[in-house]
Amino acid sequence: MPVIPVNYYIFFSVALFSIGIVGVLTRRNAIIIFMCIELMLNAVNILLVAFSKMHHVNAYVLDRATTVGTEAQLFVFFIMVVAAAEVTVGLAIIVMLFRNIHSVDINFLNRLKH
Amino acid sequence: MHITEILFWFLTSLSLFSALMVVFSSNPVYSVLWLILVFFTISGHYILMNAQFLAIVNMIVYAGAIMVLFLFVIMFMNMNKESEPQKSNWLRLAAAVSGGSLMLILVAALKDNGGFINSLRGEGNIGLIKNLGKVLFTQYVVPFEISSILFLSAMVGAVVLAKKEKSPVVS
Repeated sequence: MPVIPVNYYIFFSVALFSIGIVGVLTRRNAIIIFMCIELMLNAVNILLVAFSKMHHVNAYVLDRATTVGTEAQLFVFFIMVVAAAEVTVGLAIIVMLFRNIHSVDINFLNRLKH
Repeated sequence: MHITEILFWFLTSLSLFSALMVVFSSNPVYSVLWLILVFFTISGHYILMNAQFLAIVNMIVYAGAIMVLFLFVIMFMNMNKESEPQKSNWLRLAAAVSGGSLMLILVAALKDNGGFINSLRGEGNIGLIKNLGKVLFTQYVVPFEISSILFLSAMVGAVVLAKKEKSPVVS
């Protein structure tokens, strides 16, 4: 019977999240920053599914007909739905930006500062 | 070593490597391709955790639709060249240090968790469409319908934002 500690999934998800944060902080291309945000969203999804699986197995030992853990997977499904909508609007904003300043470099976008 | 653990380590290392390549590759098109690989490995993780429906949805929605949208926008802007201006070295060092310390703190805070993910015989129907659909269309039908309104508004918003503005006619 394969057993994987849930710690491994936590560390994996934290590592993915930190890579996303480093990407957001280091890159200047707006599209790559957006992709790193998607990476962070997926790290959270993995964690939700891992905890859902853990609680489902714990409940399954006591009751064979349990449905514990379904809610977490539906939550991940809704996160994916919201992410899809967010990507559409965000990419439209980036396209509009590119049309106005002919670049997607975020260092040109500090006009709100002045 | 069981086959599940071998698959876990393989998928984890591949996923972390491609996530690093997303951040550090200089060509945006390669970045998108590495991110597609990350999403496929995450789908593999979902299958390992018996979330079959989520694995398929992740593959279709993320690796299919969203990444194609990204690629389309990158091709549209003609950005597939290597000459991206970089941030200064101090800023990059500071970003790496802050990301690394966030990871350190999260790991240190969460390392004493004692849970296990094990696969029992006969268990694993929770992620199938039958179970998820039953719950989705009984308990969570209102959020489901609201998400359709969200999609409609996102579609209208994208069209409004990306529409070419009429320049004032110069006579």
